[in-house]
Amino acid sequence: MDSVTLPMTRLLHLDALEAEGVFLMREVAAEFERPVLLFSAGKDSVVMLRLAQKAFAPARIPFPVLHVDTGHNFPEVIAFRDKRVAELGVTLEVASVPDALASGRVREPADGSRNRIQTPVLLAAVEKHRFDALFGGARRDEEKARAKERIFSFRDEFGQWDPRNQRPEVWALYNARIHPGQSIRVFPLSNWTELDIWQYIARERLELPDIYYAHEREVVDRDGLLFAVNEFLPLRPGERPFTTKVRYRTVGDASCTAAVRSEADTVERVIEEISATRVTERGATRGDDRVSETAMEDRKREGYF
Amino acid sequence: MSSGVLDPLRMTDQSPPTELLRFATAGSVDDGKSTLLGRLLYDSKSLFEDQIAAVEALSASRGHEWADLSLFTDGLRAEREQGITIDVAYRYFATPRRRFIIADTPGHLQYTRNMVTGASTADVALILVDARKRLVEQSRRHAFLCSLLRVPRLVLCVNKMDLVGWSGSVFHHIREEFSAFAAQLGVPEPAAIPISALHGDNIVSRSANMPWYDGPSLLDHLEGVHVASYRNLVDARFPVQYVIRPQSSGHPDYRGYAGQIASGTLRPGDEVVVLPSGLTSVISSIETADGPVPEAFPPMSVTIRLAGDLDVARGDMICVPHHPAAVTREVEAMVCWMDDTRPLTPGGRYTVKHTTRSVRAVVSELSYRLDVNSLGRDTAATSLSLNEIGLVRLRTMTPLLCDEYPRNRVTGSLIIIDETTNATVAAGMITRTR
Repeated sequence: MDSVTLPMTRLLHLDALEAEGVFLMREVAAEFERPVLLFSAGKDSVVMLRLAQKAFAPARIPFPVLHVDTGHNFPEVIAFRDKRVAELGVTLEVASVPDALASGRVREPADGSRNRIQTPVLLAAVEKHRFDALFGGARRDEEKARAKERIFSFRDEFGQWDPRNQRPEVWALYNARIHPGQSIRVFPLSNWTELDIWQYIARERLELPDIYYAHEREVVDRDGLLFAVNEFLPLRPGERPFTTKVRYRTVGDASCTAAVRSEADTVERVIEEISATRVTERGATRGDDRVSETAMEDRKREGYF
Repeated sequence: MSSGVLDPLRMTDQSPPTELLRFATAGSVDDGKSTLLGRLLYDSKSLFEDQIAAVEALSASRGHEWADLSLFTDGLRAEREQGITIDVAYRYFATPRRRFIIADTPGHLQYTRNMVTGASTADVALILVDARKRLVEQSRRHAFLCSLLRVPRLVLCVNKMDLVGWSGSVFHHIREEFSAFAAQLGVPEPAAIPISALHGDNIVSRSANMPWYDGPSLLDHLEGVHVASYRNLVDARFPVQYVIRPQSSGHPDYRGYAGQIASGTLRPGDEVVVLPSGLTSVISSIETADGPVPEAFPPMSVTIRLAGDLDVARGDMICVPHHPAAVTREVEAMVCWMDDTRPLTPGGRYTVKHTTRSVRAVVSELSYRLDVNSLGRDTAATSLSLNEIGLVRLRTMTPLLCDEYPRNRVTGSLIIIDETTNATVAAGMITRTR
């Protein structure tokens, strides 16, 4: 070392996570022809879009964003999506489940949840636009199958994940080579936890859809989960709606995403609440993961995120 | 970004200045590795009620007497069915002092490639041994792989101390045997901790069952272990990852070289050399989306702007001029073969990915295959199969800009890709740059 003063040699953990995310954004933009970023307007995808913004500044984000629209949306979320996309000047592509239903490409499941039929709609959009890399906001702390997935996750021509046959991922050397029709799902938030996401939202002063903060809402209690009463959720016999203060920890299909009781109406209060909470994000809010011990693994094998 | 390093205004009460530590775990089948991790997560209160309830229910349905903590980490269907860990799993937990990323790597013989994967990014490696079995071949193999991958710190966890009557002499014997082996490998003196993952002894707090042990608990050790910022103290290296050219009316002539600092520290005003051209320039500014920074060091992702008109592209490398990286078309590398379909054979043609550069390469020679148990060299070997390690010579079509791995983990590492299947078939560590 020829310098007199030693540098401040350690990055704090949020900076280190951000630096990794920015590295991944640039690696994908450099190595793939047609990347796309999956943007649901949920908090994770909002953070991911921020990483993309930082990775290429002062240039614009060099790829479009894609929203898989189930048609079961919270209106606040769609309004937020359109606003954020306009602010950043990125192109928004929408893969519409209602359109796919109308054309007969998929059929409405008997249980009313469109979670599972998102997958063929996503895969059709990938094929149509010939996307070869798809950024997803999934985190490894969310779910045990995700804990085993690579950051660059190879998908075959059918969009399928094969957990027994994943490419080794050593150092930060990501293998981006694929044959036509295959794709890579890239998860730049793999190493982030729910708390990291919220700390980053606070630090970056990122705006989120209002439903992430505590508000009065009419809900029903279904198997211990609080579901909003709306047109996507027909009441079952004996269910009695009531109004209480809730917020959403995840934003997904309005028919399968539950709210949690909360008084946290600011980002600081949400961080306090998460620091003290004793139930995982998906456990508290996602009806779709309750199907079986390996529900997520099974969906991912089919091409789900 | 570096405005977030020291600026107290950006640290709220909720986000104390915690550091990130990555550690990998290695152990043989039934050494209790998953149980140890489950215990670490459980006792540090990093598990949630629904996760605990799910594991308790599953354990009860299998007739186990107590919650099977390994179920917290074994996620795939086949793993749960067979009671084994197949793939590297990543786990996360935090204490007020550190944020941890755990690479949980399976110990079976056939999954050595996963061990290499986990160790490649680890600051610390935990090597688990069963107190009843002493050092088995697998433990030596794990220690060897950690030394090969230059994991800066090793921790020997002697588990199942409850099954040897909490015996200090058993522990000391294993520790001495391991230290001797570590010395043979040339790795720094490993820490050693006697534990019972099943009962939680010496995991989070000190155990009352082993008064003869006066060291820290495992968690205390992980919170306090000093991981030298070795990457900062070696010569500066900046592999150019992406060229930023907005070509917009606001930035008509902007040209910036984006990437992540691999090693050393760079500052505006520093004279640099750009490889492979060898042209020199001066850093005019180092920028991030949050503004310019006075210096950049690993693992910061930044954009470097150079004075003058240089033609710099992805795959080039910005270095300090007095000790630049080697520019070479021939390297010697220790490789771990990871492909189960075809072996490495001399003459084979591949793509090598090294930093941000991909080049075509031929394996010109297999010098020897290493026996990771005896550390013996088999110079008669003609191929490397899955999980075998050997020294090869690689000749590349275009130059690599590299350092020897022991000096620089980022610019000394490479992967080998099969051009037909696109599979990642090997991880390599450069041992000689000519």
